[in-house]
Amino acid sequence: MSDETQESLITDEMRASIGRESEPTTLEVDKTSVRMFARSVGYTDPVYYDEAAAQAAGYRSLPAPPGYLGTPVFDPNRRSARPQQMLEPSRPLKRVLNGGTDIEYLADICAGDVLTSVSATSSIEERQGRLGEMLITTTKTTYRNQDGEVVAIMTGTGIRY
Amino acid sequence: MGASWDEVQEGMEIPTLEKNCSTQQLVHWAAGSGDFYQIHYDHNFAEATGLPNIIVHGALKHAFLGQLLHDWVGNEGAVKRVGCSYRGMDFPDQDIHCKGVVTRKYEENGEKLVDLEIWTENPDGQRTSPGSATVRLP
Repeated sequence: MSDETQESLITDEMRASIGRESEPTTLEVDKTSVRMFARSVGYTDPVYYDEAAAQAAGYRSLPAPPGYLGTPVFDPNRRSARPQQMLEPSRPLKRVLNGGTDIEYLADICAGDVLTSVSATSSIEERQGRLGEMLITTTKTTYRNQDGEVVAIMTGTGIRY
Repeated sequence: MGASWDEVQEGMEIPTLEKNCSTQQLVHWAAGSGDFYQIHYDHNFAEATGLPNIIVHGALKHAFLGQLLHDWVGNEGAVKRVGCSYRGMDFPDQDIHCKGVVTRKYEENGEKLVDLEIWTENPDGQRTSPGSATVRLP
């Protein structure tokens, strides 16, 4: 059972990180990756595979299916291709679960686009749940295209326990 | 052809999208999405973390709900927002029923919009990824 006097899992360092923007990440959207993503979901609509079909439907090239926001450009000398602010809580938590995903689309994303994303933690909460002590982090990531236009905003919920 | 705004009514259910992931599909998804966490394809690894089996990626279920909406609205419409929570685990070789119900039909900034309640349902009828969405329709 939880001890009421136990200190918060959330450290000062974690609290200070709320709202701080990450370094930008470059993500490429290309035809091969759109096809690979669409195939892995199970889409049969030709707009995700055949550029002529995509253009006939009014897209510049193969459109990005919902959920696909480009592939981070991999750099073997960077620790993680998706830099995340995984600061250590005051007591160690071993496991990570994805709690939820919400994506708002503000403009079409198509093969050929190069996106830049910037993330910031919007909240950190702690809760006692089915899994015991849980730390729930909400992160907002904004995606801009090569013209500087915001094309998508993703809100992700991460659970550590 | 996709749905048309004029024909949509609040409370109507949209056509269900049926999924059932093979372990091979999960590997496809790992590559397609870049999520290589081993609990989604390495049975021994999943068991060592206390899971009964490898589990379907949450983001794949989010993408299934995206397909549910795309297949309904077609290319003359557009998916404007898709959100869901991951409340329950789904496993390979089990049915995942992807469903949606129209909750609101309205016009905003000259666009014909529809809000929906969306979810994935497991074989026991539990909603493992409840969420909501907004689409634009012609």
